[in-house]
Amino acid sequence: MSQPNRLSVGGRIDRSKPIEFSFNKRSYEGYAGDTLASALLANGVNLVGRSFKYSRPRGIMGHGAEEANALMQLGQGAVTVPNPKATQVELYSGMVATSTNGWPSVEFDLMAWLGKLGGPFMPPGFYYKTFMFPQAWWLRYEKFIRKAAGFGHISQQPDPDIYDKLNHYCDVMVIGAGPAGISAALEAGRNGKRVILADEQCELGGSLLASQQNINGASASDWLGTAVTELASMANVVLLSRTTVFGYYDHNFLAALEQRTDHLGPTAVKGTRQRLHRIRAKAVVLATGAIERPLVFGNNDLPGVMLAQSVSAYINRYAVVPGERALIMTSNDSGYQAALDIQSAGRTVVAVVDCRYHAEGRLAQMARAAGIEVITGHGVIEACGSHSVTGAVIAPLDQAGDQITGAQRSVSCDLIAMAGGWSPVVHLSCHTGSRPVWDEQLIGFVPGPNVQQQYCAGAVVGHYTLAHALSGGAAVGAEAAGAKVPEIHFDCGDETEAQAQALFLIPHSKSVSRAPKQFVDFQNDVTAAGIELAIREGYESIEHIKRYTAMGFGTDQGKTANVNGVAIAAKALHQSIQATGTTIFRPAYTPVTFGALAGRDVGSLFDPARYTATHQWHVAQGAKFENVGQWKRPWYFPKAGETMQQTLNRECLAVRNSVGIMDASTLGKIDIQGTDAREFLNRIYTNDWSNLKPGKCRYGLMLKEDGMVFDDGVTTCLSENHFLMTTTTGGAAEVLAWLELWQQTEWPELEVYFTSVTDHWVTYSLVGPNSRKVLEQLCNDVDLSAEAFKFMDYKAGTVAGIPARICRISFTGELSFEVNVPANQGHFVWQQIIAAGEAYDITPYGTESMHILRAEKGYIIVGQDTDGSLTPQDCGMDWIVSKTKAFSFIGQRSLHRSDTARSDRKQLVGLKPKDPAAIIPEGSQIVMDPNQQIPMDMVGHVTSSYWSVCLDHGIAMGTVKAGFSRMGETVYCPLVDGRTLAAEICSPVFYDPNGERHHD
Amino acid sequence: MLQIYCPYCQELREETEFSYSGEAHIARPLEPQQLTDAQWADYLFFRTNPRGIHHEMWYHASGCRRYFNATRNTQTYEIYETYPLGQQPALTCDIGGKR
Repeated sequence: MSQPNRLSVGGRIDRSKPIEFSFNKRSYEGYAGDTLASALLANGVNLVGRSFKYSRPRGIMGHGAEEANALMQLGQGAVTVPNPKATQVELYSGMVATSTNGWPSVEFDLMAWLGKLGGPFMPPGFYYKTFMFPQAWWLRYEKFIRKAAGFGHISQQPDPDIYDKLNHYCDVMVIGAGPAGISAALEAGRNGKRVILADEQCELGGSLLASQQNINGASASDWLGTAVTELASMANVVLLSRTTVFGYYDHNFLAALEQRTDHLGPTAVKGTRQRLHRIRAKAVVLATGAIERPLVFGNNDLPGVMLAQSVSAYINRYAVVPGERALIMTSNDSGYQAALDIQSAGRTVVAVVDCRYHAEGRLAQMARAAGIEVITGHGVIEACGSHSVTGAVIAPLDQAGDQITGAQRSVSCDLIAMAGGWSPVVHLSCHTGSRPVWDEQLIGFVPGPNVQQQYCAGAVVGHYTLAHALSGGAAVGAEAAGAKVPEIHFDCGDETEAQAQALFLIPHSKSVSRAPKQFVDFQNDVTAAGIELAIREGYESIEHIKRYTAMGFGTDQGKTANVNGVAIAAKALHQSIQATGTTIFRPAYTPVTFGALAGRDVGSLFDPARYTATHQWHVAQGAKFENVGQWKRPWYFPKAGETMQQTLNRECLAVRNSVGIMDASTLGKIDIQGTDAREFLNRIYTNDWSNLKPGKCRYGLMLKEDGMVFDDGVTTCLSENHFLMTTTTGGAAEVLAWLELWQQTEWPELEVYFTSVTDHWVTYSLVGPNSRKVLEQLCNDVDLSAEAFKFMDYKAGTVAGIPARICRISFTGELSFEVNVPANQGHFVWQQIIAAGEAYDITPYGTESMHILRAEKGYIIVGQDTDGSLTPQDCGMDWIVSKTKAFSFIGQRSLHRSDTARSDRKQLVGLKPKDPAAIIPEGSQIVMDPNQQIPMDMVGHVTSSYWSVCLDHGIAMGTVKAGFSRMGETVYCPLVDGRTLAAEICSPVFYDPNGERHHD
Repeated sequence: MLQIYCPYCQELREETEFSYSGEAHIARPLEPQQLTDAQWADYLFFRTNPRGIHHEMWYHASGCRRYFNATRNTQTYEIYETYPLGQQPALTCDIGGKR
């Protein structure tokens, strides 16, 4: 297994550690230290994918996060990862990678005929234009279009990997460990500050890893080694490699993704695969560098056309030369570095084509001295070849680079390195809301004014020379640490560079619309012609151009495309680049897995679960549970062989005929104390609490200030200034915040205190005609007789020897006792009640039977029968609204607003199905005329619906417009399955309408 | 994610401990029954929604369980000050929502 493009010496790879991998089902060998991209190039593989829209062959163009083409499907089965960039994937043994596009293969792609037909066939907006009519057919088109679109595929299996999150606080967060970042971290660290230095690569160093320059006499590599050793020795500095800061949020909060084991492969040692770092920094140093821009010329997407800096990086860092005969196309001095590196690697530099008329910079002179041909005032107007570069066409350009001024000629080459200038990585700065600013001198967007405590150093602010990056980094590192800027001099021999030329689109002999495709955005197949077409069709805002052409979308988010696209659009619009502006960069800078964002908050840790004291008993009885808020509540208690309905029937009949017991411990309980507690209740509830005596309970309804029902529950007067409020299970926290809100903001003069005691007490409802007989066995210090212990009474005593609060309240319409004991004794008391009830076949029941029993009585469940749009009057509960209270309680004024006073509001009524066997599905819409054309006039919906075994027919509650005045009328519920159920509007109190049973 | 200084706890804490509670300095009318529908609706529904300086209430739900006020820039999310209920902001602006 040869690696034809591998140099025998140099690079930061370990030739003693060969690594086998496969790409598109063929086996190859690379070395430790390779990326997948460098290993592929070493093996002479450059056709790595097919393009998104035209299925054109594509190769590796970059060497890092900017890569637009080399998207991989990595790994297999449950751990497969779609679309990592080959340039960012560290090679591991046994790696299985495939192209994400291309069918049946990348070499021979049947979809390519589409691309061959050229631009006119698939212009921007192709899908909108072509598949627009007839509208109904879109459903047919869509599945084929969706299938053809997109890269990669996700695993359909559960993710077996572990992810976690880590929170940090630091003084100085340095992002990017290139020369500027390292220099900044050193200074901040030396000043004793808590520093975090993060870099996306496996090694700290950034451009230093591929640099051939010297720093103060030492090689870049040696200087880097010394610097990293010093940083690692500082206890106050945290170094995070393989960590991409992908988002910069408010108040200097940053999110970073650390890839901890991805580079080891899926079968390696298990641990946390990826970690999300959540970092709060006092100061942030952006040393994010710059990305080289491609130049836009004909067929510039052919495999073998690469960024010049990337060519250098492959040679110097990975000892890989991706071609034999290289042509360099540059608009600035940096292209010459690639020429020098290629020549040093022993390959042929055909020529450096420089669009500038004068190229006398330091690197240009070095190239000429090395015997490299420099062709000034020219441009590469077209790359030639079918699956890879075989040559190029060059032509003389005018000074502005707008027109071809003479005869074109062809040259033979297999590599074109393009250097179109630098685009500072302004993304993170942009996340804070700062719009990038166009710098005419630098020919690039630089970060706009700082919004947060942010500093920038190095290439991100256009400090492109090594010396400038190092000194600038040291200065901001000290500044961010609040220290004096040190006097450090860096001598790297690169202080001067000649002025670059602003060249983006290289003219062709044919017009843009007729020339070979000149790609701007490689990943989304956006061409210069496409941008010009979008503008001709009226899209003038860069944000609209982006969305019409798809420029800047995808996994690379236009890192190489945006500036060229903006420049081409600006020219077509005859306006400046600054006026055209950029699109807004948002997090994430590079793709982040959902696994990392979720971290450990999955499965049972997704949300805390709350269990009652008796939970294990319920489990042992085979209860089915339902989630109510975070609570696990018994739903029903099936016996062997029972259907759910059979269980419910048995439970309901037991309650109505003998005795049942329900664990109601999840109800919110708020202890209210203070000399003004009673007055406070008067203000917060609709009814009057002035005369509620100690030892009495009362049902209360709470409204929001808009008059809509918000919560309900029974509040007990324990003593003159001491009440216990119960709330709905799901509403407990919200009600507590609501009470606090009014006490703290409007009535601080009221002396009243609120304490949540939900978890302190268990609540067991002992329900049914035999409930008294059961409780009497366990309670010998309270007279439970009907005469002594009346409905809505409260008494303190003991149950099974445990101090208890006992209330006679009922949510079923039956005689019932609610027993509250401290939670720690709850399970014991429950067992004692069950034992005492054995003679009466005491039956535990769950929330479903509770719902049925209360619906038979027409009792509402807030949040099920109400939805924040019903007043007490809409619920038929005007009886609970006091008309005599002095203080205008919360919501009172809203009850006679013109809207709430309407008589045709939706009102909560009972619904009795005409077919006694029918159960109308909850949520069904209610109409008056079942034969009306769709869309029908909907007058309400069904809120609760059950089979009532006690009544032997279905019962339901629902809202109906003006329902109270329509008693006896028939309404209809058209169902999804085409049937229509008829029901009669009736009172919601189906069972024991006179309430005789619960008073016994 | 914001970092918020609780004036009661006197500590800078993470936003996840707090919940937002709407515009500050809106007094409940003393005699709601005397108001017209329009006046009541103004209290009930209408808020200033300014671009820039905004005085708003926050609730330290997972902390001291107390409400307090904050002056925040709705454009930049910068919080200029937090102060206990009953106090007036040090920083005010005409476009902000003081009534």
